[in-house]
Amino acid sequence: MSAKPLSDLEALKKRSNYLRGTIEQSLADPLTGSLHEDDVKLGKFHGFYQQDDRDVRAERTRRKLEPAYQFMVRVRIPGGIATPKQWLTLDRLATTHGNGTLRLTTRQAFQFHGVLKRNLKPVIRSINDALLSTIAACGDVTRNVMCAPLAELSEVHEAAYGIATAISRYLAPKTRAYHEIWLDGEKIEGEDHEPIYGDTYMPRKFKITIAIPPSNDVDVFAHDLGFIAIEKEGRLAGFNVVVGGGMGATHGEPATYPRVGDVIGFCTVEQTLAVAEHVVGVQRDFGDRSDRKHARLKYTIDDRGLDWFKDELHRRLGFPLAPAKPYEFTSRGDRFGWQQTRDGRWHLTLFVPAGRVQDTGEHRVLTGLRELARIHEGDFRLTPNQNLIVANIPDRERARVERLLDEHGVQRLQSGSPLKLQALACVALPTCGLAMAEAERYLPTLTDKLDALLERHGLRDEPISLRVSGCPNGCSRPYLAEIALVGKAVGRYNLFLGGDALGHRMNRLAEENVDEARILAVLDRLFAEFAAGRAPGESFGDFARRTVFHEEAA
Amino acid sequence: MAAVPNAKVEPPLPNAGLQALREVVADFDYDQLLWASGYLAGLARAGVAAAAAAPAPAVAAGADTWTVFYATETGNARRVAQDLAEKARAAGLAVEVQDLADYKPKALSKVANAVFVVPTHGIGEPPDGSELFFEFWLGERAPRLEQLRYSVLALGDSSYADFCVMGQRLDERLRALGATPVVERIDCDVDFEAPAAEWTDKVVRHAAETAQALATPAARPAHLHAVPKVAAPTRERPFQAEVTVNQPITGLGSTKDVRHIELDLEGSGIAYAPGDSLGIVPQNPEPLVAALLATVKLDGATEVTVNGTTMPLATALAEHKEITVVSRPLLEHVAQHHEELRDVLAERERLTRFFATRQVIDLFADYPKEWQPQELVDALRRLTPRLYSIASSPDANEGEAHLTVSVVRYELYGREHWGAASNFLIDAPSVPVYLEPNDRFRLPTDGDVPIVMVGAGTGVAPFRAFVEHRAEHGHRGDNWLVYGDRCFATDFLYQLEWLRWRKEGVLTRMDVAFSRDGAEKVYVQHRLREQSRRLYEWLERGAHFYVCGDAERMAGDVHQALLDVVRQEGGMSEERAQEYVAELKAQKRYQRDVY
Ligand code: SRM
Ligand SMILES: Cc1cc2nc3c(=O)[nH]c(=O)nc-3n(C[C@H](O)[C@H](O)[C@H](O)COP(=O)(O)OP(=O)(O)OC[C@H]3O[C@@H](n4cnc5c(N)ncnc54)[C@H](O)[C@@H]3O)c2cc1C
Ligand SMILES: Cc1cc2nc3c(=O)[nH]c(=O)nc-3n(C[C@H](O)[C@H](O)[C@H](O)COP(=O)(O)O)c2cc1C
Ligand code: SF4
Repeated sequence: MSAKPLSDLEALKKRSNYLRGTIEQSLADPLTGSLHEDDVKLGKFHGFYQQDDRDVRAERTRRKLEPAYQFMVRVRIPGGIATPKQWLTLDRLATTHGNGTLRLTTRQAFQFHGVLKRNLKPVIRSINDALLSTIAACGDVTRNVMCAPLAELSEVHEAAYGIATAISRYLAPKTRAYHEIWLDGEKIEGEDHEPIYGDTYMPRKFKITIAIPPSNDVDVFAHDLGFIAIEKEGRLAGFNVVVGGGMGATHGEPATYPRVGDVIGFCTVEQTLAVAEHVVGVQRDFGDRSDRKHARLKYTIDDRGLDWFKDELHRRLGFPLAPAKPYEFTSRGDRFGWQQTRDGRWHLTLFVPAGRVQDTGEHRVLTGLRELARIHEGDFRLTPNQNLIVANIPDRERARVERLLDEHGVQRLQSGSPLKLQALACVALPTCGLAMAEAERYLPTLTDKLDALLERHGLRDEPISLRVSGCPNGCSRPYLAEIALVGKAVGRYNLFLGGDALGHRMNRLAEENVDEARILAVLDRLFAEFAAGRAPGESFGDFARRTVFHEEAA
Repeated sequence: MAAVPNAKVEPPLPNAGLQALREVVADFDYDQLLWASGYLAGLARAGVAAAAAAPAPAVAAGADTWTVFYATETGNARRVAQDLAEKARAAGLAVEVQDLADYKPKALSKVANAVFVVPTHGIGEPPDGSELFFEFWLGERAPRLEQLRYSVLALGDSSYADFCVMGQRLDERLRALGATPVVERIDCDVDFEAPAAEWTDKVVRHAAETAQALATPAARPAHLHAVPKVAAPTRERPFQAEVTVNQPITGLGSTKDVRHIELDLEGSGIAYAPGDSLGIVPQNPEPLVAALLATVKLDGATEVTVNGTTMPLATALAEHKEITVVSRPLLEHVAQHHEELRDVLAERERLTRFFATRQVIDLFADYPKEWQPQELVDALRRLTPRLYSIASSPDANEGEAHLTVSVVRYELYGREHWGAASNFLIDAPSVPVYLEPNDRFRLPTDGDVPIVMVGAGTGVAPFRAFVEHRAEHGHRGDNWLVYGDRCFATDFLYQLEWLRWRKEGVLTRMDVAFSRDGAEKVYVQHRLREQSRRLYEWLERGAHFYVCGDAERMAGDVHQALLDVVRQEGGMSEERAQEYVAELKAQKRYQRDVY
């Protein structure tokens, strides 16, 4: 590894003076809506991506205009919990400085799209004024720390959430650059420093999540580091530690692949922060800094072996992890509608198509939630499935909340087959620079057509997980779905089948580079066979695996 | 001894005239005689034979020289002045043509015989470059001018409230200073050719008659030879140029439709330089002609006559008549039937506003009257060419000229509106064009001299030519562009090219002002003020300062900003700053092309 030269980004990080680069000069350049290419890369660490509206790119070039540069700004919000006040701030920014929509992500964060360069600073400033941040929402650092948003045991969630925020705070970059550039903070004298990361940060993005059984809604096996909450007598006892998960791959490069994380032991609540720090440390020191396509923890572990990893980790911890404790996942999707927790409070889980909070025709979700935020006493929780929980509603407020959402047509959105309500789609076109095919914009059409097929075979109420990604990076965690479409080119996808319902097992490539007609034909046939020949209690994923790939479910 | 005209023929000349003519041609060689006969015939055809013939006796004369002064922005005054000079020379008078922009004002005190061809520009202002002359002679300190005998021809456009005011002011002022008017002033509208020709004939005749006899043989052939003839296309004989590119360059969602137009000038004989404009001889949009006919309730097939030729009314409206811009005579004509319009004509502000916001169709629709076909064409002014700054360097674009055209097309008063030329340019496969040289808007001859270019909207067009030209020739002088428009996202004309030139180091600096992006409106003059120190430094380094675009607001605001910058950064008094800027103009380092 050390033989190979460091990737350009490593050099850039080093010379960037703790992520400052020339961002301020780039912002000040009035002739272009873009940043200098180095600053585009550094910007990610500050929480935004330079993009352009790909729908109009060619036409603008013909008109002698640069691409319609704009920025996607991502909010770092551990566990995805926002107060009504924060919601109102984000709503205002989306309306005044964004494209009029708020995007709930698969990592429980908010995204703005269409932010112009001249508005970046005001937007980031307001986000910070609302006691949120964008730092390290992207970039080679620890990303937004996820945490299962809700549990029957609210005490356990309480504790787990506390740890998520603690990890998030502890692993956040400490450079003053962020304050200097966005919050007009004092320019510091002398060297800046990063206690945990050092001046070249991580080799690549690093993702941490916390799952609370029996729900695996966070897809705990898809992240660099996962924690599975273990409870004892209704209290949080500690976590099983999962390492080396990841989805991203590249078409035609077998050396890149999705990987399911390994459970390597158990740690107590008190040990959790140390475990997080040292797993990060091992990857920081041993991760591949020469090839960015090989720089995630999953590759470090496969290259050196899981035992090597455990030894290295234990050595750094100064103690070995205890053996993993038993746990069981029984669901992965969100439970829509009203639920009451033991503390007597009510929680309403709302279906938000592909996480896009917007007003479309009669469904005025953005406005509805704004109105709701004005009166809501509890909080808002983003689910890992791009949906939203209006949490902690006192009994007396239920009716009022119902009415509000009804008035804005949000309720009418809630009906649909389990497949439709559980489906995930990444953003893809027109904003995502890496998209090869449509995803979010295509999902509604696709689910309607699949619903029709399911209807035909009497499977309408079958909970089948469907995930669509516009490219193999897998932002909708497609490789863990029972049915997945991964973009290959506009209108063409790779069709994956055979994942399990709970996110333990990856699916496999069934059809390569096929169009919608072919996809529907294949699924139509499979649905028919499934309806006729499924084993008792067999999920569609297990059935597909058995009949398409002739493998027995593990 | 050269042949003498047959005596049997009764010459239409007074004896003296014939005598004089004999004398003139006495020692002509064969070629000169042939040429002279052709030339006289030409004059006859031009309908000015009378002018040339009548003063023949004076041919021997032409004692003191006549000076034909003109000031110009778009070349009309120069054309009239040169035409006058030709005729005068033909009549044997010693004439010199003088551009007021390169004239030391005081020198007029020594002039005995002068003719002035004076257009009005801006909003009732003198043409750029000639301000000093007018400031001096219209000003308090102007000396008496008893010695001066003069005539004034005013050029103007009756679709402006201050019609021909500069010509009028000069005329009155000269009279007041004791000068003697020779031929009475006329105020010409944009279709000035015929009246101007008539007037110049009159002037030449007077001049000739009053000149005392004195012959300077050597001078004669020289005078005759001195008549210049140019082959390049003209307003009257334009070149049909193919439109090879018609590319919208404002982004989707823009409030404007601006086109990048490329014209094929291959074999046109047009040789332009950056700073020049192209004249476009337009035709009116078909739908507009139809709408107009419907409004006045006339049949397009009806025969009418337009200067001598009969044609269908529709053709007259489409090809010969101005049916977009309202002219004063037209307004006055309709005003006979509408009290309200008489008030409009009476109030300068209202009139200006009216011309700026009403087209002919609005006038006809909102102030209806019974129209006769012939009455209509007679009331309408001749369709005149429009000018467009050339946006390309001839050396970087062999046989091409590029234009940046803002399409005039809008809904108002519940009606569709079109601009004649801009819509013609984007619809016609080819358009008649001629070159409109502009020597008052030129790059420094020295490629190392820095330049500051200030342009708003399509005013940026000539600067694209400037920068492209300097890049093409590897000129190393610094180039600074200050550009303004409405919205960064959609109205940044030629953005990719500016970015490229900046990367290549050709564009040293560029500042932009987008008026509709922020809370408060910012314009180019604000940027100049922000950069006052730098601007003053550049000027002190000998930079040339160019302004192009909107005449009404931008030009004035930029001028004021320039004065303020100079005053502030140079620590000068108001007067000193005025002089500094005047000096810039005198040195041709402050040049404007505003419209
Ligand atoms: C918004 C989101 C998808 C969504 O619909 O919710 C998203 C959107 C993007 N992801 Fe992602 N990723 C999102 C979750 C994921 C996940 C799922 C997860 O983390 O649970 C994955 C798979 C897990 C993993 O990391 O392996 C994921 C794997 C990637 C990759 C591949 C990384 C790899 O190492 O293979 C890229 C490309 C890259 O990093 O080079 C990527 C890059 C991107 C970018 C920023 C494209 C880019 O780099 O220019 C996308 C922005 C599109 C846009 O216009 O908004 N995104 N991305 C998710 C935001 C999460 C957050 O709040 O931080
Ligand atoms: C030296 C010079 C250089 C020039 N360079 C350029 C150039 O580079 N690019 C360019 O685009 N133009 C340029 N122009 C202006 C150009 O010559 C024309 O005047 C312009 O294109 C409009 O001509 P038109 O025939 O299309 O419209 P016209 O038929 O002349 O109609 C114009 C009339 O429409 C009315 N009108 C127009 N807009 C509105 C409105 N928004 N609201 C109400 N009434 C309105 C007004 O009455 C106006 O008088 C230049 C002019 C000069 C003198
Ligand atoms: C920008 C601009 C402003 C003008 N303003 C006036 C005006 O205020 N009053 C007027 O009578 N004519 C005005 N005119 C019309 C000109 O005087 C007329 O076109 C004249 O023929 C131009 O002469 P030139 O080509 O020698 O410059 C204006 C023309 C232009 C291009
Ligand atoms: S999966 Fe690909 S297309 Fe979709 S958001 Fe991620 S990077 Fe973009």
